[in-house]
Amino acid sequence: MMLPAALSVATGMLALALLLAAWRLLRGPGLPDRILALDTLYINSLALLLLLGIRIDQSVYFEVAMVISMLGFVGTVVLSKYVLRGSIVR
Amino acid sequence: MSAAQTLPFWLDLLISALVLVGAAFALVGSWGLARLSDFLKRVHGPTKASTLGVGCVLIASALWFTARGEQPSLHELLITLFVFLTAPVSAHILVQAAMKLDPSVRPPPPPAKAGDPSALRRDPSA
Repeated sequence: MMLPAALSVATGMLALALLLAAWRLLRGPGLPDRILALDTLYINSLALLLLLGIRIDQSVYFEVAMVISMLGFVGTVVLSKYVLRGSIVR
Repeated sequence: MSAAQTLPFWLDLLISALVLVGAAFALVGSWGLARLSDFLKRVHGPTKASTLGVGCVLIASALWFTARGEQPSLHELLITLFVFLTAPVSAHILVQAAMKLDPSVRPPPPPAKAGDPSALRRDPSA
Protein backbone atom coordinates (compact mmCIF):
# COMPACT_ATOMS: atom_id res chain seq x y z
CA MET A 1 0.00 0.00 0.00
CA MET A 2 2.60 2.52 1.06
CA LEU A 3 5.55 0.49 -0.13
CA PRO A 4 5.50 1.73 -3.78
CA ALA A 5 5.54 5.35 -2.64
CA ALA A 6 8.33 4.62 -0.13
CA LEU A 7 10.31 2.84 -2.86
CA SER A 8 9.95 5.83 -5.20
CA VAL A 9 11.07 8.30 -2.52
CA ALA A 10 14.00 6.10 -1.50
CA THR A 11 15.06 5.69 -5.14
CA GLY A 12 15.09 9.46 -5.51
CA MET A 13 17.18 9.88 -2.36
CA LEU A 14 19.66 7.25 -3.51
CA ALA A 15 19.92 8.91 -6.92
CA LEU A 16 20.73 12.19 -5.18
CA ALA A 17 23.34 10.37 -3.09
CA LEU A 18 24.88 8.94 -6.27
CA LEU A 19 24.99 12.42 -7.78
CA LEU A 20 26.76 13.83 -4.72
CA ALA A 21 29.32 11.01 -4.81
CA ALA A 22 29.85 11.52 -8.54
CA TRP A 23 30.40 15.23 -7.91
CA ARG A 24 33.11 14.37 -5.39
CA LEU A 25 34.57 11.85 -7.85
CA LEU A 26 34.88 14.51 -10.55
CA ARG A 27 35.99 17.35 -8.30
CA GLY A 28 37.92 15.62 -5.49
CA PRO A 29 41.20 17.43 -4.87
CA GLY A 30 43.25 14.30 -4.33
CA LEU A 31 43.53 10.68 -5.40
CA PRO A 32 42.20 9.29 -2.06
CA ASP A 33 39.07 11.46 -2.40
CA ARG A 34 38.34 9.91 -5.77
CA ILE A 35 38.87 6.39 -4.46
CA LEU A 36 36.55 7.16 -1.55
CA ALA A 37 33.95 8.52 -3.96
CA LEU A 38 34.15 5.31 -6.01
CA ASP A 39 33.69 3.32 -2.79
CA THR A 40 30.58 5.34 -1.94
CA LEU A 41 29.29 4.97 -5.49
CA TYR A 42 29.39 1.18 -5.40
CA ILE A 43 27.79 1.00 -1.96
CA ASN A 44 24.94 3.31 -3.01
CA SER A 45 24.42 1.48 -6.29
CA LEU A 46 24.20 -1.76 -4.31
CA ALA A 47 21.35 -0.30 -2.26
CA LEU A 48 19.70 0.98 -5.46
CA LEU A 49 19.86 -2.50 -7.01
CA LEU A 50 18.22 -4.01 -3.91
CA LEU A 51 15.40 -1.44 -4.18
CA LEU A 52 14.97 -2.39 -7.85
CA GLY A 53 14.81 -6.05 -6.83
CA ILE A 54 12.03 -5.29 -4.33
CA ARG A 55 10.17 -3.16 -6.86
CA ILE A 56 9.98 -5.70 -9.67
CA ASP A 57 9.92 -8.67 -7.27
CA GLN A 58 12.98 -10.47 -8.61
CA SER A 59 15.48 -12.08 -6.28
CA VAL A 60 18.06 -12.37 -9.09
CA TYR A 61 19.38 -8.95 -8.09
CA PHE A 62 20.88 -10.36 -4.89
CA GLU A 63 23.56 -12.10 -6.91
CA VAL A 64 24.23 -8.88 -8.80
CA ALA A 65 24.52 -6.99 -5.51
CA MET A 66 26.84 -9.70 -4.15
CA VAL A 67 29.14 -9.45 -7.18
CA ILE A 68 29.11 -5.64 -6.98
CA SER A 69 30.05 -5.69 -3.29
CA MET A 70 32.92 -8.14 -3.87
CA LEU A 71 34.31 -6.39 -6.93
CA GLY A 72 33.92 -2.99 -5.31
CA PHE A 73 35.89 -4.07 -2.25
CA VAL A 74 38.63 -5.59 -4.41
CA GLY A 75 38.74 -2.44 -6.52
CA THR A 76 39.06 -0.13 -3.51
CA VAL A 77 41.81 -2.26 -1.96
CA VAL A 78 43.74 -2.55 -5.22
CA LEU A 79 43.57 1.21 -5.90
CA SER A 80 44.68 2.00 -2.34
CA LYS A 81 47.50 -0.52 -2.54
CA TYR A 82 48.57 1.04 -5.82
CA VAL A 83 48.74 4.43 -4.12
CA LEU A 84 50.58 2.94 -1.15
CA ARG A 85 53.24 0.99 -3.02
CA GLY A 86 53.37 2.40 -6.51
CA SER A 87 52.66 -0.99 -8.04
CA ILE A 88 49.92 -3.58 -7.73
CA VAL A 89 51.93 -6.77 -8.19
CA ARG A 90 55.38 -6.76 -6.66
CA MET B 1 2.83 -3.51 -7.58
CA SER B 2 -0.16 -5.72 -6.97
CA ALA B 3 1.98 -7.90 -4.74
CA ALA B 4 2.14 -5.24 -2.04
CA GLN B 5 -1.57 -5.56 -1.37
CA THR B 6 -1.10 -9.08 -0.03
CA LEU B 7 1.22 -7.96 2.78
CA PRO B 8 -0.14 -7.34 6.27
CA PHE B 9 -0.27 -3.69 7.24
CA TRP B 10 2.43 -3.76 9.92
CA LEU B 11 4.89 -5.51 7.63
CA ASP B 12 4.21 -3.01 4.87
CA LEU B 13 4.81 -0.18 7.33
CA LEU B 14 8.00 -1.79 8.65
CA ILE B 15 9.50 -2.43 5.22
CA SER B 16 8.61 1.08 4.03
CA ALA B 17 10.18 2.64 7.13
CA LEU B 18 13.36 0.55 6.77
CA VAL B 19 13.71 1.46 3.09
CA LEU B 20 13.22 5.15 3.81
CA VAL B 21 15.63 5.17 6.77
CA GLY B 22 18.24 3.28 4.78
CA ALA B 23 18.01 5.68 1.84
CA ALA B 24 18.17 8.64 4.22
CA PHE B 25 21.35 7.29 5.82
CA ALA B 26 22.95 6.70 2.42
CA LEU B 27 22.00 10.24 1.38
CA VAL B 28 23.48 11.71 4.58
CA GLY B 29 26.69 9.75 4.00
CA SER B 30 27.07 11.04 0.47
CA TRP B 31 26.13 14.55 1.58
CA GLY B 32 28.96 14.39 4.10
CA LEU B 33 31.29 13.14 1.40
CA ALA B 34 30.42 16.09 -0.81
CA ARG B 35 30.29 18.81 1.84
CA LEU B 36 32.92 18.22 4.52
CA SER B 37 36.19 20.11 4.32
CA ASP B 38 38.97 17.68 5.22
CA PHE B 39 39.82 14.23 3.88
CA LEU B 40 39.69 12.56 7.28
CA LYS B 41 36.30 14.17 7.90
CA ARG B 42 35.10 13.04 4.51
CA VAL B 43 36.05 9.43 5.27
CA HIS B 44 33.59 9.41 8.18
CA GLY B 45 30.44 9.96 6.15
CA PRO B 46 30.39 7.15 3.60
CA THR B 47 32.09 4.50 5.70
CA LYS B 48 29.63 4.78 8.57
CA ALA B 49 26.40 6.23 7.27
CA SER B 50 26.33 4.42 3.95
CA THR B 51 27.10 1.09 5.56
CA LEU B 52 24.22 1.60 7.98
CA GLY B 53 21.95 2.65 5.10
CA VAL B 54 22.82 -0.43 3.08
CA GLY B 55 22.21 -2.52 6.21
CA CYS B 56 18.69 -1.08 6.61
CA VAL B 57 17.86 -1.66 2.93
CA LEU B 58 19.19 -5.22 3.17
CA ILE B 59 17.02 -5.96 6.22
CA ALA B 60 13.99 -4.54 4.38
CA SER B 61 14.79 -6.70 1.35
CA ALA B 62 15.17 -9.81 3.51
CA LEU B 63 11.79 -9.12 5.17
CA TRP B 64 10.12 -8.57 1.79
CA PHE B 65 11.40 -11.76 0.17
CA THR B 66 10.75 -13.76 3.33
CA ALA B 67 7.15 -12.53 3.31
CA ARG B 68 6.81 -13.22 -0.43
CA GLY B 69 8.23 -16.73 -0.49
CA GLU B 70 7.78 -19.72 1.75
CA GLN B 71 11.28 -20.07 3.11
CA PRO B 72 13.30 -17.27 4.75
CA SER B 73 15.59 -15.46 2.37
CA LEU B 74 19.16 -15.54 3.65
CA HIS B 75 21.13 -14.11 0.73
CA GLU B 76 20.89 -10.66 2.28
CA LEU B 77 22.57 -11.77 5.46
CA LEU B 78 25.51 -12.87 3.34
CA ILE B 79 25.71 -9.45 1.65
CA THR B 80 25.27 -7.70 5.01
CA LEU B 81 28.08 -9.71 6.55
CA PHE B 82 30.34 -9.04 3.58
CA VAL B 83 29.66 -5.29 3.51
CA PHE B 84 30.06 -4.93 7.27
CA LEU B 85 33.34 -6.85 7.19
CA THR B 86 34.88 -5.09 4.22
CA ALA B 87 33.87 -1.45 4.80
CA PRO B 88 36.25 -0.87 7.77
CA VAL B 89 39.09 -2.68 5.99
CA SER B 90 38.78 -0.59 2.84
CA ALA B 91 38.47 2.63 4.89
CA HIS B 92 41.62 1.71 6.84
CA ILE B 93 43.67 1.02 3.71
CA LEU B 94 42.30 4.20 2.14
CA VAL B 95 43.45 6.35 5.08
CA GLN B 96 46.85 4.64 4.97
CA ALA B 97 47.14 5.54 1.31
CA ALA B 98 46.09 9.13 2.01
CA MET B 99 48.74 9.48 4.75
CA LYS B 100 51.34 8.04 2.39
CA LEU B 101 50.49 10.56 -0.31
CA ASP B 102 50.27 13.56 2.02
CA PRO B 103 51.79 13.17 5.52
CA SER B 104 50.19 16.44 6.63
CA VAL B 105 46.84 14.62 6.68
CA ARG B 106 47.87 12.95 9.94
CA PRO B 107 46.38 14.88 12.87
CA PRO B 108 48.74 16.14 15.61
CA PRO B 109 49.08 13.91 18.68
CA PRO B 110 47.06 14.88 21.76
CA PRO B 111 48.87 16.87 24.47
CA ALA B 112 50.73 14.70 26.96
CA LYS B 113 49.44 14.44 30.51
CA ALA B 114 51.81 14.63 33.49
CA GLY B 115 52.98 11.23 34.64
CA ASP B 116 52.07 9.53 31.40
CA PRO B 117 54.98 7.24 30.54
CA SER B 118 54.06 7.27 26.86
CA ALA B 119 54.72 11.03 26.77
CA LEU B 120 58.47 10.32 26.74
CA ARG B 121 58.09 8.08 23.75
CA ARG B 122 55.86 10.59 21.98
CA ASP B 123 58.02 13.64 22.57
CA PRO B 124 61.74 12.90 23.09
CA SER B 125 62.66 16.54 23.76
CA ALA B 126 60.53 16.71 26.94
